[in-house]
Amino acid sequence: MIEWFTWVQLAVAFPVGLLCIVLGFAGRKPADITMGATLLVEVLLFVQIVVAVVAPLVGNAPTGSSLEFWVYLVTAAIIPPLAIVWGLVDRSRWSTVTLGVAALAVGVMLYRMHQIWFVQVA
Amino acid sequence: MTTTTSTRSTGVGRVLIAVYGLLALAATGRSVFQLLDDFEKAPVAYSLSALAAVVYILATIALIMPGDRWYRIAVLTIGFEFVGVIVVGLLSIYDPVLFPAKTVWSLFGKGYGYVPLVLPIVGMIWLYLRRPRAVKAAPTTSTAA
Repeated sequence: MIEWFTWVQLAVAFPVGLLCIVLGFAGRKPADITMGATLLVEVLLFVQIVVAVVAPLVGNAPTGSSLEFWVYLVTAAIIPPLAIVWGLVDRSRWSTVTLGVAALAVGVMLYRMHQIWFVQVA
Repeated sequence: MTTTTSTRSTGVGRVLIAVYGLLALAATGRSVFQLLDDFEKAPVAYSLSALAAVVYILATIALIMPGDRWYRIAVLTIGFEFVGVIVVGLLSIYDPVLFPAKTVWSLFGKGYGYVPLVLPIVGMIWLYLRRPRAVKAAPTTSTAA
């Protein structure tokens, strides 16, 4: 993990999540802006996967469990595509809320990944 | 299309299903890691964690599927989760050795932002509002989306 990149991801995931939830409750169906924003969250997760593969090779290894980190990262990367497919199938405003919930969940998981990589309290 | 859709999977119920799906995914991911990584550390808690993950998956499916039978399964699984989070939540406070803080229900689901505590309550309210008899009495309410 690269610390600043993780913060960039969090700075994208949380506003995207809130935006989608607000737009969803306002009655908007999934549209380019909400689907695109969720896609951006996913693209950043792919970059994070590359970073997490390369970083240990150049001396930046996780301080915590590498297995636990990868379980989080792979699970997180599965979530936005599921939400996007959901948004394509079910064209209701609740799908927009679901996009937001997905982005927030990714944000929380990224925060946990950050803790596993950098912070060890136990 | 609307006639084959479950009355539990309409409107805001879809968000409930999405959140249940997420929790199922999160609980499954974590319990797989726990079973692989350090099962001996707390076999009771981690086995229960895996059971919880399976129940979350079942509850998610039960919310999606139509019919009275799936309704009862939804009530059972969501009720089980509620009992689980309360019992394990209390036990994790009084006996932290038996339930380390890393299981889905420990400390009332604190590690998951208390979602495991709040979700069954919301789920049971939703199921009550969408109970088969009430929907038959007022079928138009289920079409709001």
